[in-house]
Amino acid sequence: MKLVTKLAPAALAVSMTLGVASAAEITVVSWGGAYTKSQVEAYHKPWAAATGNTVVSEDYNGGLSEVKAQVEAGNVKWDLVDVELSDAVRGCDEGLLETLDINEMPAGDDGTAAADDFLPGTYTDCAIGTIVWSTIYAYDSSKVEGTPSSIADFFDTEKFPGKRGIRKNPKANMEMALMADGVPADEVYSVLATAEGVERALAKMDSIKDQVVWWEAGAQPPQLLADGEVVMTTAYNGRIFNAVASEDKPFEIVWDGQVWDLDLWVMPKGAPNKEAAMDFVKFSTDTKRLAAQASWISYGPVRKSSSSLVGSFHDKPDLKMDVHMPTAPSNMKNALQNDFEFWADNQDQLNEQFNAWLAK
Amino acid sequence: MSASTPLVRFENVQKSYDGEVLVVKDFNLDVERGEFLTMLGPSGSGKTTCLMMLAGFEPATHGEIYLDNQPINNVPPHKRGIGMVFQNYALFPHMTVAENLAFPLEVRRMSRSDREARVNRALDMVQLGEFGARRPAQLSGGQQQRVAVARALVFDPELVLMDEPLGALDKNLREQMQYEIKHIHENLGVTVVYVTHDQSEALTMSNRIAVFNDGVVQQLAAPDVLYEKPENAFVAQFIGENNKLRGDVTALEDGRCVVSTASGHQVQAIAVNVSQVGQPTTLSLRPERVLIAPQPGSIDNEFEATVLELIYLGDHIRARVALLGREDFIIKVPNSADHVAIRKGDTVIVGWQSDDCRALDA
Amino acid sequence: MTTAETNIEYEGESLKKRLDKAMFASRRRAFLLVLPLLLFVLVTFVAPVLYFLFQGFYDPTFSRIMPQTSAQLAEWDTVSEPDEAMYAALVADLVDARKAKTIGKVATRVNREKAGTRSVFTSSARKAAKLEAPFKEALIDVKKEWADPAIWEAMKTASNTWTLGYYANALDYRQNADGSYRRQDASRRVDTEVGFGDWSFTVNLGIHQLLFLRTLQISLMVTVFCLLLGYPIAYLLATLPLRTSNLLMILVLLPFWTSILVRTTSWIAMLQSQGVVNDLLVFFGVTNDDGRFSLIYNKLGTLIAMTHILLPFMVLPLFSVMKGIPPSYVRAAKSLGATNWTAFWRVYAPQTIPGIGAGAILVFIVAIGYYITPALVGGQDGQMISNFIDFHMRKSLNWNLAAGLGGVLLVIVMFLYWLYDRIVGIDNMKMG
Repeated sequence: MKLVTKLAPAALAVSMTLGVASAAEITVVSWGGAYTKSQVEAYHKPWAAATGNTVVSEDYNGGLSEVKAQVEAGNVKWDLVDVELSDAVRGCDEGLLETLDINEMPAGDDGTAAADDFLPGTYTDCAIGTIVWSTIYAYDSSKVEGTPSSIADFFDTEKFPGKRGIRKNPKANMEMALMADGVPADEVYSVLATAEGVERALAKMDSIKDQVVWWEAGAQPPQLLADGEVVMTTAYNGRIFNAVASEDKPFEIVWDGQVWDLDLWVMPKGAPNKEAAMDFVKFSTDTKRLAAQASWISYGPVRKSSSSLVGSFHDKPDLKMDVHMPTAPSNMKNALQNDFEFWADNQDQLNEQFNAWLAK
Repeated sequence: MSASTPLVRFENVQKSYDGEVLVVKDFNLDVERGEFLTMLGPSGSGKTTCLMMLAGFEPATHGEIYLDNQPINNVPPHKRGIGMVFQNYALFPHMTVAENLAFPLEVRRMSRSDREARVNRALDMVQLGEFGARRPAQLSGGQQQRVAVARALVFDPELVLMDEPLGALDKNLREQMQYEIKHIHENLGVTVVYVTHDQSEALTMSNRIAVFNDGVVQQLAAPDVLYEKPENAFVAQFIGENNKLRGDVTALEDGRCVVSTASGHQVQAIAVNVSQVGQPTTLSLRPERVLIAPQPGSIDNEFEATVLELIYLGDHIRARVALLGREDFIIKVPNSADHVAIRKGDTVIVGWQSDDCRALDA
Repeated sequence: MTTAETNIEYEGESLKKRLDKAMFASRRRAFLLVLPLLLFVLVTFVAPVLYFLFQGFYDPTFSRIMPQTSAQLAEWDTVSEPDEAMYAALVADLVDARKAKTIGKVATRVNREKAGTRSVFTSSARKAAKLEAPFKEALIDVKKEWADPAIWEAMKTASNTWTLGYYANALDYRQNADGSYRRQDASRRVDTEVGFGDWSFTVNLGIHQLLFLRTLQISLMVTVFCLLLGYPIAYLLATLPLRTSNLLMILVLLPFWTSILVRTTSWIAMLQSQGVVNDLLVFFGVTNDDGRFSLIYNKLGTLIAMTHILLPFMVLPLFSVMKGIPPSYVRAAKSLGATNWTAFWRVYAPQTIPGIGAGAILVFIVAIGYYITPALVGGQDGQMISNFIDFHMRKSLNWNLAAGLGGVLLVIVMFLYWLYDRIVGIDNMKMG
């Protein structure tokens, strides 16, 4: 008996060590740069501290290709991926993703059930939203004379001469081109659904084509501006905000004609650490965490209960974040939500047409 | 241009590659029209350099070369009109034999019909009439050699240079080609300057031979003169086989001298390169001029020798004997019907005429 | 003794057998020696490439997920109105696919044939389980597009497991439901000028045709530039004394040892509008700050960077061939009366043809599949077909079309190789 009692603490110690040794390591994939940094600060570090697990952070450039490759090869390395809404829907339809049940997510701090606390349309069968982000355009105020204020100004190289940076992808560009051409935001997708509408959008882009420098990764536009390669560029609003807030760059965002979208967590089918990853999703999408992320980058939280908690930039108490969010009322005057269904239906065709136009 | 002026003249020509060492030192040479002149010497003796300077591929560092009385130091190679045969033949591998031969005619803008006639004639000359359409790689070494000779001659140059052209051939073929080249030379009357390190080749083919050593011409003479009357120890040693005896001059009179060898014997010799008594000298003596058991009193040098070794070579027997304190003395005994039978270990009397023994430089 | 006698007696057979035996042993040894490499190449190269090319012909997505519809479509003549049986089969398949979560794959597949049909499938599938006969009316109620024969034609095209459609698409032709082909839609074609100067004319090309043409053009130009730049360098290296030439050879090889990404990125730093070259041009007054040249993010950038990167592939074979040409050939030519130029052109240059051939084919074939450099510095008009293959691999996820494009590229390379063999001769090539 004595022996057993003596052994008991030792056994406990052994099992505890084992518990630590078996701590999970999950791989979370996101878009890199300032955006990933905001996630690391707001989600990864607190979660790792609370659970003893480790988060390996990887960067990618969006799209489902890697997920598809991993799932089809039966060799899934990624546990969670931060994707756009259209990819979340498409991946779900094609059976590439695990289901994520909104009802398993924690209720809001005010007690509202998750399904009601999340803004409508910010979760699907396979995805849980985190932020609202936006494609805007920004300019270097030290190089541009005058004050561009509308989306039409971006396409007006007479009024504001200089090179333009545009993402090498039809998405958001076609919409912006139509809005610049005078199409009201709520009619953009119905116009774009017609052949004439596509022609019209391409014709608008054609007017500045020889002035365009194409970018692909989200970190490029602030760099292009900083290098003086372009004087204006489309960009993700958070990237520009961070270049201004952290590096004091003289960049200005123009919100007119912004195209906003969601980022969501999805889990590739057969993810290696499902349970830990699920725990991470729950942790990172609670009211406080979503609000915390907003202090690192100007992307809006998708929970209603988080909005009131959004404060200042993490190292600049004077810099209030709310006015820099895509969802701020002053920024939403002429804004368009990216229509994931339209893009799921038409992106193959529009990509081809866009590429043909590029090659001209 | 009178026939009496030399075709080629080297005047005080010097050549250095690195600015420190002269590979050709003060070279003077006249090549007469129609002669076959060979530059003979060991490798590195400067003979090929002289040839290259004549061809125009190497500039002379000092001095002047004349062709037909015209200085040619500043004439580029392609304007010199000199035919040349290279050691590796340098037949253009991407052209047929006929195209190779037509090349010098083509660059001279000769008409097609003339070209064909000349090419055919040149091919016939080297007995390769059938081979015009072949590529050089499809020919044997001897055939390639003939094509190279034909190509160097097809444009009727007055002067042809040959740089060890037979070096790559085996012995039998080489001998055959020596005669062929000699006959072509005789038939065409072209002037040939030939470079080789093979003394028998030089002796076979040449009218005159310039023996090179260390950037200097040691002797320029007809083959028989070179062999019979070498002017210095290097030439004697380089051309044919030679017994060397070292000693000091003890008497000198009327072009004749007496030389005392280290073994204390007195040898009578012709004074070639010695000018005063007491001078050291090398005696040169051809092995075939040494007689075994001569008629006593009939010759002026007689010594006792011990036979150390006998080698049977068919037409003659080579005997190595100990003589005058040396053990490497060679005697060639002709295998004639009445030759003296000797055996290893025999002690015999040997002797030679003082006319055959030349006292050269030390 | 006995053996010797037997040998003489049965000379023919016994000798042959013995020889075979002896040869078999050495052949087996040779085979075993290469076996590991053979297996490695088979597993890591031949099999994946064949499998990938095979994907350009084989697409079972639709027929596997929608078996009943596929069976109906196989009977359908593409002209008559789709009947109730076809709609019933479709609904049954939609229900199954919805359950199996594979409806997205079908939707994507059909969407490739007819844009805008993706949501028709996904939204119909959500409601399919609740539909009741007659299914024709029920389905058209859900989505009016189901009444359009075009969507049925698209499904019929998609239902072919074995198809030439992707290879046709790679050449900018589309397959019709009845198996015939039509040209790519005009909106995805461009007018482009072919030829140069007075000999140029305008042709209307599909995007892939244009890209293939441009890929060939860029590769050819890079090959020519490499030859023009590499030939004198190789000549210099081959004629210099060994010690100097070894030193210079290191300069030629140095880029080889540097990461291709680093080299390409350095070109960006050099050539961009705020880059070193433009700064120098502004400094020396060749241009002013507003007139900086566009040296990168266009075809020029692709040409400059690729020529630089591929130059060693041209210099090395040229050098090794030139090194093997004795100086006596040129000397012989000169002694025969040829001027420097004639000696070079008639005697030296022809002997370097094996090196030119090897270098040109190396550079050209590497260039034709080049990807990373045009992707980084090509902008819009410096893109090559490999960038499109990448696009379909990674962005549009249309691997079958990527396979089709890759297959066409492979066929073009093989054809050019064959052509080269006919004109120059493969034996006439020396790698070193």
